[in-house]
Amino acid sequence: MSRIDGLFARKNPVFIGFTVAGDPGIETSPGVAKTMIDAGVDLLEIAIPYSDPVADGPVIERAHARALRAGTTPDDVFALVRQVREYAPDLPVVLFTYYNIIYRRGLDRFFAETAAAGADGVLIVDLPVEESGEVAPSALRHGIDRIALIAPTTSPERQHAILREASGFVYLISLEGVTGERDRLPLHVAGLVGAVREKTDLPIAVGFGVSRPEHVGAVAAAGANGVIVGSALVRIVEEHLGDEAGMHEALRTAIKAMRCGIVPDPGPDIPRRERVEG
Amino acid sequence: MKAGRYGVYGGQYVPETLMSALIELEETYGRVSLDPEFSRRLGWYLHEYAGRETPLTYCENLSRDLGCRVYLKREDLLHGGAHKLNNTLGQALMAKFMGKRRLIAETGAGQHGVATAIAGAALGLPVEVYMGEVDTRRQALNVFRMELLGARVIPVASGTRTLKDAINAAMRDWVANSRDTHYLLGSCVGPHPFPWIVRDFQSVIGEEARRQVLEREGRLPDTVVACVGGGSNAIGIFYPFVNDDVALVGVEAGGEGLDTAHHGASLSGGSVGVFQGALSYLLQDGDGQALETHSIAAGLDHPSVGPEHAMLKDSGRVRYEAVTDAEALHAFRYLSRTEGIIPALESAHAVAYALRAAGDLGEDGILVINLSGRGDKDVAEVANLPGGAA
Repeated sequence: MSRIDGLFARKNPVFIGFTVAGDPGIETSPGVAKTMIDAGVDLLEIAIPYSDPVADGPVIERAHARALRAGTTPDDVFALVRQVREYAPDLPVVLFTYYNIIYRRGLDRFFAETAAAGADGVLIVDLPVEESGEVAPSALRHGIDRIALIAPTTSPERQHAILREASGFVYLISLEGVTGERDRLPLHVAGLVGAVREKTDLPIAVGFGVSRPEHVGAVAAAGANGVIVGSALVRIVEEHLGDEAGMHEALRTAIKAMRCGIVPDPGPDIPRRERVEG
Repeated sequence: MKAGRYGVYGGQYVPETLMSALIELEETYGRVSLDPEFSRRLGWYLHEYAGRETPLTYCENLSRDLGCRVYLKREDLLHGGAHKLNNTLGQALMAKFMGKRRLIAETGAGQHGVATAIAGAALGLPVEVYMGEVDTRRQALNVFRMELLGARVIPVASGTRTLKDAINAAMRDWVANSRDTHYLLGSCVGPHPFPWIVRDFQSVIGEEARRQVLEREGRLPDTVVACVGGGSNAIGIFYPFVNDDVALVGVEAGGEGLDTAHHGASLSGGSVGVFQGALSYLLQDGDGQALETHSIAAGLDHPSVGPEHAMLKDSGRVRYEAVTDAEALHAFRYLSRTEGIIPALESAHAVAYALRAAGDLGEDGILVINLSGRGDKDVAEVANLPGGAA
């Protein structure tokens, strides 16, 4: 059983945290990932920084820019994945990327390196099912799950086409818009989850706009199997540039508070090796 | 060829949230492009409001200097001062047919923003224009024009703060608001169906030019030249000539030279990549990050190009050349003095190529240059350069 399947089999719902590799710096990024894991993130989404992240709102866009200014390359991202894999052998890791990074590297090389680094899945933000023909076999060959995105605007016919190719879990976008914090979540999340649930046995995780403990609770109550928090965590990194201790403390506090939104307590933590300082 | 593809190029590399909007747009455009009522109304706007057809001017002084018969296709005389209005009137009218209540657009030099503001005002649709902060400064006059026309200009401070970031910002807006908003993309770039729609609306340039030159000369031209940034004026004039025995030349922004990092020539100096929704040629680094570009002409200062141009390059049907900032600036001053026509710095790239290459045609040769816009918007910037008007 893959790490992703294993996680969703033993825990429901799961808490998914997002970070941009190389944010705030290449040396400091592994520490951010470790703090997130220690604070209770069940699955880590690691974004490969990209020059033109059109699906992202201002907070995550600035994180991409910081990481690129720090000189982060895909090689550095794979190095980060290897460190996370060593630190938390059973923690599922999903790479979040724009397609040109993969296209430029070459599909097979990219997925081979992804597998070798120890990542479990890849989510390609700007590759709808219409364009994914060559990617699917390459990912499959290297045992990498391709996490599919479904938006509130996705028609039922396209949902079927997307789900036919999906594996790992389904990333359900909660709202029409880019990533970023919102004061409130749309009321229709439960309806969205229900509509997708009818079409697939895959776990369903909800993201975009989920930024407060009460949102996390609402998504869990809507029947989602996973809750994805991105911008709210990236903002903490941004607000603590130059104050590493404060950043780690704020990340821990925020993740713990958000996890409390998930009731009942999700049970035992994922076993992991002894903590390494980073 | 798959729908939305130009050879291998094009496609729809966009976030899932946009797919329904692109599908709706493709369906609507397929419908309105066959609707006689749409054609009638667009024809009225182009003719009565925008001033089509534009002249194909035989330039005696230029012809004498270049040693061949030179015509300018005068898109600079279109309302608004550039070819951009062909596309914005078409798309704004389409947005009305779709029941959209708001237009958004990106702009580089400001010409597309102005043309969108004009179309929005004429058709009663509110307009918001995203513009890189750098461009709002170097094209301050156009910012004022847009505001005067009732549009709201939103400066974009992210990334390189130029056209590419304005497109990113407009796409983000559209991701959130596609139900009631039409994204009026200004060039033949981006995801399908935009390259198709923009080419169709701009093809009026080439259809007129082809008819006009046949009337005047009794034969087709030897060469048609146009500048290429995203490539909309070029595809507009090239497309009706693609199946003719006519040489087509696209002229890119060579900036400080193709051997430097400061240019905008994605076809001449780039490689294949996915950018802002389409597979095309792209100025990118080894990891696939878009590079900063440079051109004296803000409208050519962009790392990528329309996918149809990528196909036309590979097939060899169109030759793509680059001219430097210095050559374009020389052509800007030269055409102003020689013919009394101040070209946009973008269009001056096409003129500059003609100055370089016309000698090859011979005195009976016919050369058509697409003068895609007028240069009033550039006068202040050129005045501040060393040499000024000289």
